[in-house]
Amino acid sequence: MTGELQLLLILLVPMLGALAVLAASPLPNVREGVSFVIGILLFLLVASLAADLSWDAPPTLVLAEPIQGLQLVLTPEPLGVLFALIASLLWPITTIYAMGYMRDHHEVNQTRFFTAFAVSIGSAMGIAMAGNMLTLFVFYEILSVATYPLVTHRGSVEAKRAGRLYLGLLMATSIGFMLPAMIWTWHLTGTLTFTPGGIFGPEVSSGVLSLLLLLFVLGTGKAALMPFHRWLPAAMVAPTPVSALLHAVAVVKAGVFTVLKVAVYLFGIDTLASIAAADVLMVLAGFTILMASVIALRKDNLKARLAYSTISQLSYIVLGAMLGVAAGAVGAGMHIAMHAFGKITLFFCAGAILVTAHKSRVSELNGIGRRMPWTMAAFAVGAVSMIGAPPVAGFISKWYLLMGSLDASHWFAVGVIVVSTALNTAYFMPIVYAAFFKPEDAPAISGQDDHDHPDHGEASWPMRGALMLTATLAILVFFFPGVPLALVQQMAGL
Amino acid sequence: MSGLPGLYNYWIAVFLMMAGFYVVISQGNLVKKLVGLSLFQTSVFIFYISMGKVADGHAPILAEGVTVYSNPLPHVLILTAIVVGVATTAVGLALVVRINEAYGSVEEDEIQARDNAADKATGRSGGSGESPRT
Amino acid sequence: MDHLAVLVVIVPLMSAPVCVLLDRSRPAWLTSLVAAWFSFGAAVMLLLRVSAEGPLRYSLGGWEAPWGIEFRIDVLGGYVLLIVTAVAALVMVFARHSVEQEIPHDRIARFYAALLLVFAGLAGITVTGDAFNLFVFLEISSLASYAAISMGRDRRALSASFQYLVMGTIGATFILIGIGMLYMMTGTLNMIDLAARLPEVSDSRTVRAGFAFLTVGIGLKLALFPLHLWLPNAYAYAPSTVTAFLAATATKVAVYALLRFVLEIFGVEFSLHAMPLDRILVFLGLLGILSGSLVAVFQRDLKRMLAYSSVAQIGYMVLGIGLASVTGVTAAILHVFNHALMKGALFLALGAVAYRVGAVTLREFAGMGQRLPWTTAAIVLGGLSLIGVPPTAGFVSKWYLVLGTLEQGLWLVAMLVLFGSLLALIYVWKLVEAAYFKPPPANAAAVAEAPLSMLVPVWTLVAANIYFGLYTDVSVGLASRVAHDLVGGGG
Repeated sequence: MTGELQLLLILLVPMLGALAVLAASPLPNVREGVSFVIGILLFLLVASLAADLSWDAPPTLVLAEPIQGLQLVLTPEPLGVLFALIASLLWPITTIYAMGYMRDHHEVNQTRFFTAFAVSIGSAMGIAMAGNMLTLFVFYEILSVATYPLVTHRGSVEAKRAGRLYLGLLMATSIGFMLPAMIWTWHLTGTLTFTPGGIFGPEVSSGVLSLLLLLFVLGTGKAALMPFHRWLPAAMVAPTPVSALLHAVAVVKAGVFTVLKVAVYLFGIDTLASIAAADVLMVLAGFTILMASVIALRKDNLKARLAYSTISQLSYIVLGAMLGVAAGAVGAGMHIAMHAFGKITLFFCAGAILVTAHKSRVSELNGIGRRMPWTMAAFAVGAVSMIGAPPVAGFISKWYLLMGSLDASHWFAVGVIVVSTALNTAYFMPIVYAAFFKPEDAPAISGQDDHDHPDHGEASWPMRGALMLTATLAILVFFFPGVPLALVQQMAGL
Repeated sequence: MSGLPGLYNYWIAVFLMMAGFYVVISQGNLVKKLVGLSLFQTSVFIFYISMGKVADGHAPILAEGVTVYSNPLPHVLILTAIVVGVATTAVGLALVVRINEAYGSVEEDEIQARDNAADKATGRSGGSGESPRT
Repeated sequence: MDHLAVLVVIVPLMSAPVCVLLDRSRPAWLTSLVAAWFSFGAAVMLLLRVSAEGPLRYSLGGWEAPWGIEFRIDVLGGYVLLIVTAVAALVMVFARHSVEQEIPHDRIARFYAALLLVFAGLAGITVTGDAFNLFVFLEISSLASYAAISMGRDRRALSASFQYLVMGTIGATFILIGIGMLYMMTGTLNMIDLAARLPEVSDSRTVRAGFAFLTVGIGLKLALFPLHLWLPNAYAYAPSTVTAFLAATATKVAVYALLRFVLEIFGVEFSLHAMPLDRILVFLGLLGILSGSLVAVFQRDLKRMLAYSSVAQIGYMVLGIGLASVTGVTAAILHVFNHALMKGALFLALGAVAYRVGAVTLREFAGMGQRLPWTTAAIVLGGLSLIGVPPTAGFVSKWYLVLGTLEQGLWLVAMLVLFGSLLALIYVWKLVEAAYFKPPPANAAAVAEAPLSMLVPVWTLVAANIYFGLYTDVSVGLASRVAHDLVGGGG
């Protein structure tokens, strides 16, 4: 199979899968079977592409040419392959989880759900493989639109308001900032192709570069950099599998992935070090990390706490990208991968608790670890990963991020990472502690609360299986980080 | 053709035009509006006809001893424009007849009032559009 | 082959009386359908030919140019002609069911006659090479469109049509005065001769006055802000078929007339540099974009909402012309094409909704996603194109327009243009929310999806929206070629 064909299939398989899901809508089992098989197929495709790839002459697939001289083109590069690998690995796992969740939770419109899900993953693949900024932008916008029905899945007033905020913020930033930045870059350089070392020549003044960098990074609303982060907690009204895959993996990672791509391949790591705006953005990212952690501390709703934790973790990646040293970019790239495993585990656990125990508040979780030992053990693994302690994935990326900060002698960044680690511990560890060591509260007295299932046990097998799998993966990558590390170092030119 | 008095027919055209324009704007009666519109168009006819006149020129018919003719082309053109004007007036009047049938009035403000009343009756705000034609 | 240039106009023109004579609805529809498709085929062949061999000149009745009337088709004319005929061909397919429901049975034949006359007039404007002839065709199409609009179901269609008649006639008379003044100074009505002779006399008050009259007159026809007041009512109350056809073609042809007169006959040097029209157009275009979009946000009647959105979209085109650069004019011409695609699709889809449900306000639109899934999906896709979300045609237009403004360092303008897009997002999304997240009204009867004869044209246009968002060799290629011809290589 040639590389071009592989690329085409990577894009087509999820898109056609969406159609297949739509066609299979009267038969739920077939529908979900199709979703799962397509997920596996996609992962195999991406893996075989990654295995065959030679970085010197990557395959290139031209899809179309909407602007004269500017094509929609797919070209794999190390970081994109890493992103595609993670997203396509976690998709089938999430599908298993979603089957259990959606049925146990008696959700409606499941066909719409699985269809939009497949389209979203297809767009994420497009973002990962984009060979230039225009292609990335196109799939970025498709992803925004395709995830809208997922966010508003419940159709309630609250969901509708969340959807409005979600789409409004993402579109406003991308059309308002990213698009003009892109057109300006095109006007200045005549290219938008991702090129190692950047595309800006010395003739572009550093003031212009600063402005462009600000526009690009702030225009990436999906990176949830404050003050454009509000959509992320709002989008938590979505069903948990959506939050898990899209808001811990695909959507937000698409955002920080864009930031990293722009930093490494449009500006270039070396150029970045000389741009004043990079420091501004670093401070903003640091502020976001700390601020979001403090907010997370105060959130009682479990999903909201996870959402703010996501916001803060995303800014690590922005921080790493803006450091302007290779080690920082490596840390950022690794964090895209490492954060994914931990965070998806946490979301899976939150969803399993919601469906099985009908509990969504942190304060209700006392003693739940005795009823749901596997789920809460996985939760603990995810929490340790967020904190960045060994032997879980999060440690590795935090290590590289620290190295990068020290390399660049950025004491501000070092300080932020240290303080935020403490904050992470403060908002995750009490949950784990309460779940295992605090006595269970007496069931709510109120008779109106027929939601309460005092006699619940573990979550159903699809959910349990999925969350244990991701927790295991999170531990495994700690011991075998070879593949992602090699890819990221390739990207950073080390 | 120099000096203001020599251009008096252009002054007439301008006057007619402004008068017609004023009638269109100021009158609420739709028929009167059309009268104004016709006046407005007529001024342009005069403008064109004046344009074609060549000083001391004769009607453009070949005849003995005549060497200077007026330019016939604007006159021909304006024939077309006159036809257009007549057609416009005809369509306009037809519309006024239909409006009178539908509303029972040809006064702008009364029509407006009836539309607003119909809106209130159906409980809609400005411009939905279901009130059946009477 | 040469005669195609004239047949493309004559066939619809002569089919109109045939419709009246037949006086039965089905044969009249068939006649119109055949005429429209014939013109479409002819337009395709003409465009292929002129883009390969250069402008095609055709002397009517064998009278050579300065004496007789000349039809002259160049790439710009052929391009707009193609848009007009293509939309007409699709609208005629759509028309059958819609017209049978909306128009009283005994008037259907005459309705088609009016529609054909509008079509013939618009096609005529794009092919003629004679300034006065352009005025005549303009009036043919305008008069017929007053009649067609007045056949709307609501009685307010009558007053809307009357209002349009008054403003349209004033506009046409202004154009007539302008043409007269040009004739006074140059002694010719042929567009090429005019363009050749005007520079010698351009420094005179008469030419400047003529220029002003022409611009304002065309501005009225174009619904250029603030001369747009006739448009929302006319579009809102006209029969669905007429709205779709006019929205997709009439203002486009007016843009064509503006390009022809301002850029070709008067020339860039005179109109955009000696006269301050460039700044005026940019300013009015921006006002149009912002006010049109803003008013659209608050509309509840969907046809009216889209009508105001048209005012905004015309602002984009005018803004592009006002930039006076190759990129700007390319964007304007490209948007003429793309906007015809999106507004055609949207208004036709609304027509299909009206056919099934009756009226199209936001209230009736609640729950439409379940009631008419295909039609609603088409509206959503058309709406995305209106916003300018990639990969739709609207995105490409916006790209070139913003590029054009950035080339000249007009930062604020670029930002406002994009802000207009976000306003479009708001009004389109109101529609989406109503369609998918509100239950259908309690008294809503179960309805079947719109008939295939409506869905096919709608989805053809939707598919075109996406196709021309991805593959722009034709649309951008022709537009930039025309822009180079009009503005000159330097830009």
